[in-house]
Amino acid sequence: MRPTYALSALAMALLLSACGGEKDTPQTHGPDPQMPQAERGLLPSMKIADPVAWGDQKPSVPEGFSISAIASDLLVPRQTLVLPNGDILVAEGKGGTEAPKLKPKDVIASVIKAQGNTKVKGGNRLTLLRDADGDGKYELRAVFAENLNAPYGLAFANGKIYVANQDALVSFDYTSGQTKASGAPTTLTELPSKINHHWTKSLAVSPDGKQLYVGIGSNSNVTERGMEVELDRAQIWQIDASSGAHKPYATGVRNPTALKIQPGTGTLWAVANERDELGPDLVPDYLTSVREGGFYGWPYSYWGQHVDTRAQPQDPARVASAIKPDYSLGSHVAGLGLDFSIPAMGEKFADGVFVGEHGSWNRDNPVGYKVVFVPFSDGHASGEPVDFATGFRGTDGKTRGRPVGVTVDPKGALIIADDLSNTVWRVTRNK
Amino acid sequence: MTETPYPLYRSTPGPLHGVLLGGTVALFLGALLSDVAYFKTYLIQWSNFASWLIAGGMLLCGLTLLFALVNLIRARPRAGRPTVYFLLLLVTWALGWINAFEHAKDAWAVMPNGLILSVVVTLLACVSAWTGFTNLRAGDAR
Repeated sequence: MRPTYALSALAMALLLSACGGEKDTPQTHGPDPQMPQAERGLLPSMKIADPVAWGDQKPSVPEGFSISAIASDLLVPRQTLVLPNGDILVAEGKGGTEAPKLKPKDVIASVIKAQGNTKVKGGNRLTLLRDADGDGKYELRAVFAENLNAPYGLAFANGKIYVANQDALVSFDYTSGQTKASGAPTTLTELPSKINHHWTKSLAVSPDGKQLYVGIGSNSNVTERGMEVELDRAQIWQIDASSGAHKPYATGVRNPTALKIQPGTGTLWAVANERDELGPDLVPDYLTSVREGGFYGWPYSYWGQHVDTRAQPQDPARVASAIKPDYSLGSHVAGLGLDFSIPAMGEKFADGVFVGEHGSWNRDNPVGYKVVFVPFSDGHASGEPVDFATGFRGTDGKTRGRPVGVTVDPKGALIIADDLSNTVWRVTRNK
Repeated sequence: MTETPYPLYRSTPGPLHGVLLGGTVALFLGALLSDVAYFKTYLIQWSNFASWLIAGGMLLCGLTLLFALVNLIRARPRAGRPTVYFLLLLVTWALGWINAFEHAKDAWAVMPNGLILSVVVTLLACVSAWTGFTNLRAGDAR
């Protein structure tokens, strides 16, 4: 009898010790974030968004700015593009639905995480919004193209609209004023799409229009689907606009969710989401200039040479070569949108980038759920991020929206796609 | 005529109870072998197999635990073997839960705790099965 009592006591003690949650601390931002010890309790910390409708409420914006919804009831808007004539294109879709569930955990986690997302089915289309009289109301709304496959990244160059679907980079010929594509898209190149654990294909185009950059996320959190499925994943591709030929431009970027070319310098910048289940304050999601040929650590290490032992067998040579990103946005904030600001946004927000943060799930105290402004000086991110649009997650603990793409309108406005309330917001300066 | 307060014959698991008890051992053992294979090869599919085998083992072990509880309630006396059998299964099941959570970690984060727990849970399942199949009631087998 005694040994069994001892055993059950041992089991209870084990259970209790394992359930001690992971304590989080205020997040650190910038080039040298605090990097605590990796930790992971028996269950990962989770706080899933609890969605409610906006009702009469709106996101909060800084003094001197106003915000209004310019389109609602969309079918999961993700990224937006402002065309030369001021029309706005919205990519609507939801991908990655084919990713197989490999462990009992995947089955349970997919049900839990779905609570924090919209129940609307992705539109697989592009919607065009037009404000012909310039009164800030987008009175014309048209379906520009349909039957796409989870479109995400958008770019305009060479008289074409480029769309990064979850499986291919396609283009539409475009003449100014069009409200509907004149035909089916042309495929420039296929993109890696098997499993598509991270399906969002971000897109940017070089200033001369000759090169396109596509972000391709990893096929797992940290190789738990095996290394074989990570071929051509966690990379940023450079694609020749005329031939469709590609090469890896940067590797080891776990999930490059937004790409943008810095005006003036022509440097490629990226927002990337880092790995989960190492604790509430690991690993920082980041904003970085992207070095050609650079390796950014995934899966072997993070933030430079911090080794992630979950990826086995390890590769010490690659860990040694891993580049430290430029700027920490904070762990688990889930940056999904990026755009460079312009002086028309006002003195305080003239030089820097806007980042749309979708918000955390792997943290007891949620972070993100807002749009921040990261100030730049001399072409580099410097200083603390400044809140630009907040209130997506209210003080009542309810989540009304989740920001994705952010686009600076040359007229001096910020377009924010919200894929929980299926709204496109526009923030303008008060006259 | 002497009266015995309780019967002194062997009582062994019925067919369903037996299948569940034996299956518990088989599934936890399969999980252990899969863990060993993952430990040696880094091939993730073995870890996936281990996770599902543990889930199956937990289901069968949980049902067996109900049989053990019913047996414990009906047994006279309750002390001794009926209690030991129930507690052994309970500890197996509790540690099995912890092992299932350990196996829900990503990639190599399962190691080494998952492997160690699989060894412990498999051994406990074997001891439980040995105990249960030998006799469900206290006293000497006749």
